[in-house]
Amino acid sequence: MTTSNDVILSGRGVTRVFGYGKKKVVAVNKVDFDFKKGEIVSIVGESGSGKSTLAKMILGLLNLTEGQIYYKGAPRDISTHKKRKEYWKSIQAIFQDPYSSYNIFTKVDSILLDCIKMKWGKDLAKEKKIELMSQACSFVNLEYDELANKYPFELSGGQMQRLMIARIFLLKPEVLIADEPTSMIDACSRSTILDMLLKLRDEINMTIVFITHDIGLAYYVSDSIYVMKDGVFVEKGNADDIILNPKADYTRRLINDVPKIYEKWDLSSA
Amino acid sequence: MGKTILKVKDLRTKYVTRYKESVYAVDGVSLELEEGKSLGIAGESGCGKSTLALSLMGYYFTPLHYISGTIEIDGKIVTDMKPDDVRKNILGTEIAYIPQAAMNALNPTQKIINFIEDVVRAHYPKKSKKDIYDLACERFESLNLSREILGKYPVELSGGMKQRTVIAISTILSPKVLIADEPTSALDVSSQKVVIKMLKNLMEREIVKSMIFITHELPLLYNVTDDIMVMYAGQIVEKGTAEEVVFDPLHPYSKALMNSMIVPEAGMKDVKLTPIPGVPPSLKNPPPGCRFAERCKHASSTCKTEKIPEVYTEDGRMYRCLLTRDQLKGGKE
Repeated sequence: MTTSNDVILSGRGVTRVFGYGKKKVVAVNKVDFDFKKGEIVSIVGESGSGKSTLAKMILGLLNLTEGQIYYKGAPRDISTHKKRKEYWKSIQAIFQDPYSSYNIFTKVDSILLDCIKMKWGKDLAKEKKIELMSQACSFVNLEYDELANKYPFELSGGQMQRLMIARIFLLKPEVLIADEPTSMIDACSRSTILDMLLKLRDEINMTIVFITHDIGLAYYVSDSIYVMKDGVFVEKGNADDIILNPKADYTRRLINDVPKIYEKWDLSSA
Repeated sequence: MGKTILKVKDLRTKYVTRYKESVYAVDGVSLELEEGKSLGIAGESGCGKSTLALSLMGYYFTPLHYISGTIEIDGKIVTDMKPDDVRKNILGTEIAYIPQAAMNALNPTQKIINFIEDVVRAHYPKKSKKDIYDLACERFESLNLSREILGKYPVELSGGMKQRTVIAISTILSPKVLIADEPTSALDVSSQKVVIKMLKNLMEREIVKSMIFITHELPLLYNVTDDIMVMYAGQIVEKGTAEEVVFDPLHPYSKALMNSMIVPEAGMKDVKLTPIPGVPPSLKNPPPGCRFAERCKHASSTCKTEKIPEVYTEDGRMYRCLLTRDQLKGGKE
């Protein structure tokens, strides 16, 4: 359900090599991608297929060995710290481990205060700040008054991850990279998190890049799926096409690996 | 009907915090496990699944304390034994446990064979190194693991391989009951499948007689185990065969839980996942009535005050709710 078809983020020949000589590892090998505005894209692959390396390169946390990433049609420029900060206003991330996303020495609302400072500057009335924060908390079904005086260890994993989404709601970036946001959470909170991502997309018309190893989750949330293996995309396209008639053997294997309910789960190929 | 191998009656255990508060994490759990059967325990984080697993071993260490109930493994009543006897005669040989973070269970400075020596020597102190090596080789090869792993350090193995190695180590003495506590939650789907295949292999070769599998992934549980128990806030709320619990859940909580399943099959896109509102109750002073009442849409005022009995149906199912079976009909909500 894309509202407009313009491409917001794209990459051409994106490559990352770790090490050199005998220990050279090509983690991401000349991949091309086009992420449209308001689209949820999933990148699916096994551990070690290069999904997270690609995510880090899109975020600007890792340098590209070769290739170029284009943001809104123009090559992105993150050569200085100032430009990089500007870039991060429009591209944000949620990571896998909610426990390490927080500073354990500060109260949890500091994470929201930092976002407000980043977006609205330092001089904002206290009432306005609190209003913004409670708005963001109610978006993710949390009570600001309950949270405000807590430290990260007092929250459950699901609550922490929801607060990370509240952060995204405040910043309203154009692109969100969700790097396995649900892999450390149990199945009940997982559906809450996924629904919130869908709600974010509907509300802010945000592009979400959802990185996961579970093709079932990818199918549930996304419009299109990129299947990654050993640093290259083996298959990309519409979510329905890929799940219901996969072309690559690797995609078929990934679908087979997920336990099913209505079909028999074939263990023999493992 | 096979022989009942594990029999637990009204088991209650608690955690005592630093401030002397008691958290009743397992509150009146009864279960029976037959030879050759596998039992799955499902539930959300914090419902007491892992505490139940630790309690079943009968070896308690602070902050976990035993309150009441009996555990009987193959005729031996574990809860009457001294802790030292439990460690020497029960752990490893009768019941074995695979922890969730099995990857952190391996000391990085030791070779894999050393862990196996530790386990075997704890029960047979006189066994020679050669015998242990032969036993390990035979076992590893029967489980499709290469014998070269024995000489390796844990850092040389991948996540899935470490998990499989840990399973092989903990079942080296062929325990009667294996408790697998979320063995695959840290792995990707492809390694998960390999681990599950190995667990099934263990059962088929009768290296372990029966298995208790704990997870929050219902599709996985459905494919692995014969029976499923659903746990909520320290109590078992429903019990039945895997087929029955997944396709015809009775308790309102199980129904809500079935709504959080995601499988890559046609029609998944149109399914609306409905999260359960609210949070589970604090187990420090659990509510007197139904523990799910606060989050349940069928709840009435009596639900919150009255003690809820376990209802056994004619076809061998159990649920813990005041509603009758006819009122609970209707599959997923």
